[in-house]
Amino acid sequence: MISTDIDTLVIGGGVVGMSIAYGLSKAGERVLVLDEGDDAFRAARGNFGLVWVQGKGEERPDYARWSMASVLRWSSFAQELTAANGIDLELQQIGGLQFFLDEDELRAYVRKLENLRAAVGDYPFEVLDPVALKQLSPHIGPEVVGAVYGPRDGHVSPLRLLRSLVQRFHTLGGILRNGVRCEQIDHRADRFHVQAGGQEYVAGKLVLAAGLGNRTLGPMVGLHAPVAPNRGQVLVTERMQPFLRHPSGHVRQTGEGVVQIGDSKEDVGFDDRTSIDQLAHIAHRARKYFPLLDGANVVRTWGALRVMTPDGFPIYEESRQCPGAFLVTCHSGITLAAMHAGPLADWIRGAAEPAAISTFKAERFHVQVHADGQ
Amino acid sequence: MFKSMLTASEDQRADIAILVDGKTIRARAGESLATALLNAGVVPLRHTPVSGSPRAPFCLMGVCFDCLVEVDGRQNVQSCMVQVHAGMQVRLPDGARHVGDPA
Repeated sequence: MISTDIDTLVIGGGVVGMSIAYGLSKAGERVLVLDEGDDAFRAARGNFGLVWVQGKGEERPDYARWSMASVLRWSSFAQELTAANGIDLELQQIGGLQFFLDEDELRAYVRKLENLRAAVGDYPFEVLDPVALKQLSPHIGPEVVGAVYGPRDGHVSPLRLLRSLVQRFHTLGGILRNGVRCEQIDHRADRFHVQAGGQEYVAGKLVLAAGLGNRTLGPMVGLHAPVAPNRGQVLVTERMQPFLRHPSGHVRQTGEGVVQIGDSKEDVGFDDRTSIDQLAHIAHRARKYFPLLDGANVVRTWGALRVMTPDGFPIYEESRQCPGAFLVTCHSGITLAAMHAGPLADWIRGAAEPAAISTFKAERFHVQVHADGQ
Repeated sequence: MFKSMLTASEDQRADIAILVDGKTIRARAGESLATALLNAGVVPLRHTPVSGSPRAPFCLMGVCFDCLVEVDGRQNVQSCMVQVHAGMQVRLPDGARHVGDPA
């Protein structure tokens, strides 16, 4: 069977792919999403759920601007979804905290944020001493020497977000095919022919949002995605009475009371298992932040693979060789979901490219060949 | 609702007392707390923190985590995985794990 009545094919049904698919279908496009099976590495099912801006993009202020714009857009993005389908995303944007156990590390971090403020302009943050921190987070442990409060940071339930996007996409007439692996893409006569799961799908536009899969899919349409896995491990506790209002990069309490504790950054290839030494390290640090976690029961642990480019920043690119093919990869699919469903989807539909992402092209990873000295 | 398969005279284990929310319950030394609670008709043991649905011992082998109670001050212990002892203080949970006051 050949499906031809589609405007855009999106490869990848995670939060990145579904945010774009939602944005496109909301604008009236007929969209079909091809998603792999549950044996795929699913970053969207394993991530931490921060909607976060503080500390991001020192080396690349465009990334700070793009993240800030998304964080500011998030509440209307969430309201729009919830108004349509009633799913509470547990979005809280009441400010986030970055904790420090070491004075030098805190000072270095504050310098970094000052650089970001100088580059970005509108960049609020506040440095808290232990007394001020205890007012904001009364259960904080005595070993924490200070924190940085970012009023625009927050968190959300990433699983509820994914479910909400999928449901809304269906309601808007979108089609999601699960359990199909994209094997081959051909571009001929301005159409993309995608072979997946024994079927051919045809559309005028193609969005590659397949996470680590973009590495092999990109070259089929003249795009380049040198992404590699980076493992993070996470622990979650039993439900606890609310004690932690403000999320942090390492500890947050969900709307239902679970305390989610992360994370590691490990270069271990395509291995999403957990390891006792990393989990112990993560738990030990969380216990310093919040000593009351000492007796809590951990009910689940897992590993998941971040999708990382060599410099950690996204790629948003349209193929020159095959116009109409777009590649999207980033490691902050939750934070950036509001931009992906809005301005990014608009760009894919033909609007001008958002200024903040014009430098996020894969050519920055190409080896520079200089004439002099050759 | 539940009854031991042994009659009182057949059961050779010592008869002991434990406290559940301050009330004395008879148990047999060495049996699991979950079976002692079932025997005494203490059902349900708790209600889940989010939906409030009732829970009682289910798998009796440490897997389902439905039989959680507080034992001698430790919260959310699997009652099927601990043996009763004389004077054991048991409290039935009310909602999610308590966190106490800030230090």
